[in-house]
Amino acid sequence: MTDIAVTDEQEIDQSRRRFLTAATVATGAVGTVFAITPFIKSWNPSERARALGAPTEVDVTKIEPGQMVIATWRKQAIYIVHRTPEMVASLPKNDAQLKDPTSADSVQPVYATNEMRSVKPDYLVLIGICTHLGCLPKQHFERGDASLGADWPGGFFCPCHGSKFDMAGRVFAGSPASVNLSIPPYEFRGDTVVIGVDPQKGVA
Amino acid sequence: MATAEPATAKGGFRAWLNKRLPVDEFMESQLLGYFAPKNFNVWYFFGSLALLVFVIQIVTGIFLTMNYKPGELTAFDSVEYIMREVEWGWLIRYMHAIGASMFFIVVYLHMYRALLYGSYKAPRELLWLFGMCIYLALMAEAFFGYVLPWGNMSFWGAQVIVNLFGTIPGIGPGLVEWIRGDYGIADSTLNRFFALHVSALPLALLLLIALHLVALRQTGSNNPDGIEIKARLGANGKPLDGIPFHPYYTLKDVVGVGVFLIAFAIVVFFVPDFGGLFLEKPNFEPANPLSTPTHIAPVWYFTPFYAILRAVPDQRLGALLMGLAVIAFVFLPWLDRSPVKSTRYRGWIWKLALAVFTVSFLALMYLGLMPAEGRYVTLARIFTIAYFAFFVLMPFYTRIDPVKAVPERVTYHA
Repeated sequence: MTDIAVTDEQEIDQSRRRFLTAATVATGAVGTVFAITPFIKSWNPSERARALGAPTEVDVTKIEPGQMVIATWRKQAIYIVHRTPEMVASLPKNDAQLKDPTSADSVQPVYATNEMRSVKPDYLVLIGICTHLGCLPKQHFERGDASLGADWPGGFFCPCHGSKFDMAGRVFAGSPASVNLSIPPYEFRGDTVVIGVDPQKGVA
Repeated sequence: MATAEPATAKGGFRAWLNKRLPVDEFMESQLLGYFAPKNFNVWYFFGSLALLVFVIQIVTGIFLTMNYKPGELTAFDSVEYIMREVEWGWLIRYMHAIGASMFFIVVYLHMYRALLYGSYKAPRELLWLFGMCIYLALMAEAFFGYVLPWGNMSFWGAQVIVNLFGTIPGIGPGLVEWIRGDYGIADSTLNRFFALHVSALPLALLLLIALHLVALRQTGSNNPDGIEIKARLGANGKPLDGIPFHPYYTLKDVVGVGVFLIAFAIVVFFVPDFGGLFLEKPNFEPANPLSTPTHIAPVWYFTPFYAILRAVPDQRLGALLMGLAVIAFVFLPWLDRSPVKSTRYRGWIWKLALAVFTVSFLALMYLGLMPAEGRYVTLARIFTIAYFAFFVLMPFYTRIDPVKAVPERVTYHA
């Protein structure tokens, strides 16, 4: 028995066997990755979901100064605010109390990366989703709003976790949100704002 | 035991069966010949109760699936249909919804027992890890289940929890879109959560529970004295301080089952929403993507971690600490350097630390239900620090803790 075992041992090319095992495992692993891919990809937004994410149009002439309308684009609430001249004028005064006054860390198209965070200073277009954890910030546009204290300059307040934003959607220091409210790609076509269209790149 | 040839194996149906399926062998190794410590107290009811709740959830869940219709247009209405029009549908649905809270009550007490008596310490580290996996799977299962009725709290709860993954640097936003399958919480999200809730996670739980039980059979149960009963065997080779699991503990557990079912029935029949703790009021309105409930709070069993999330001013750090607060339990077997298992024989430092942890956990649970304003935030920050101190400082204080001598045999405290 022992002799036979030794002979068997000698006849087995161990390095060849190891190579074949490793090659089989590697091939199997690659195959597994390929096989999983369709299942992983099936979780991406479907063609229908993408089609339903087409641009949204809103006529801004119907919004009175100081008022806000909520549109939807890609299941997200889009806030369109007609800012009064006083609201616009007061924005630079907030800078000292903001986390990101120049919106350097925040999400917005290049054409809205400015002091007013908008294409037209009078109209603010925001994604109404708190950058903290996705609740809807509520409008508290009045200065010194009773629930937010006498020094409240006007803006948005998220009821979920208490984040505060100014009239350009910029986040105040002390809020759990760390960046400003995001601004979607949009363009003006006359008096209509088209959300989801980038003036330079077309449909987002 | 394979050696003990059962007396009944001589002939007849039993012998026929045993030749083909090891029924008697299983009974002998798992119940009659499996010896458990004889000094179990009330804390040892919760393992078997967790198994009972699991069975209740599976059975009621199967029956709910027969009438529930996932889908953003049908989900809410189908739950109302179950509640109002399906015969006894309200009972099945309440049993399932309240069963979720019961599951966590029982599991939290089961885990606390391990803290009290050092059940996670060697040689039961793997048993503890399987238990932690069950806990994590259970959290996911409960979250998905919570989304299914598609009430407004379901929707916004899903929004907040899914967005937590958006805080991961780099891949965050893409990952969130992938989880939702849409640009917001949508029909596709609800459907995949349904699939995970009714098939993937129950299967995972079943496997993990099996592993948990196999690991338990390998090491044997710990006990309130934290003594290894296998260290002292009698003439029959069985532990001197052990008694057969069946009939002694099966019968004891039946008493626990009776008490549990009474409590369960009282909640199901008389206070199904438990003052908004088990079923939250905003969830009686359909999901509305354009209206956030004024105050979003998860169900009570997630609030300790939610309070930690909100206590941190930075969102990324908040999400990270929230995750760590859950995962921290995984490391207990290695953080705890005490030579003694049971709190009975540990010193004042451990007892103080455990008391601080207990108070912090319960306080965070309460604070997570309250709005994140003013002194609630300050308190949440204090208790968050205390919560983490319990874990982070454990390697130090358990080493200097003045422990007492552990007796050689188990004791009774009637």
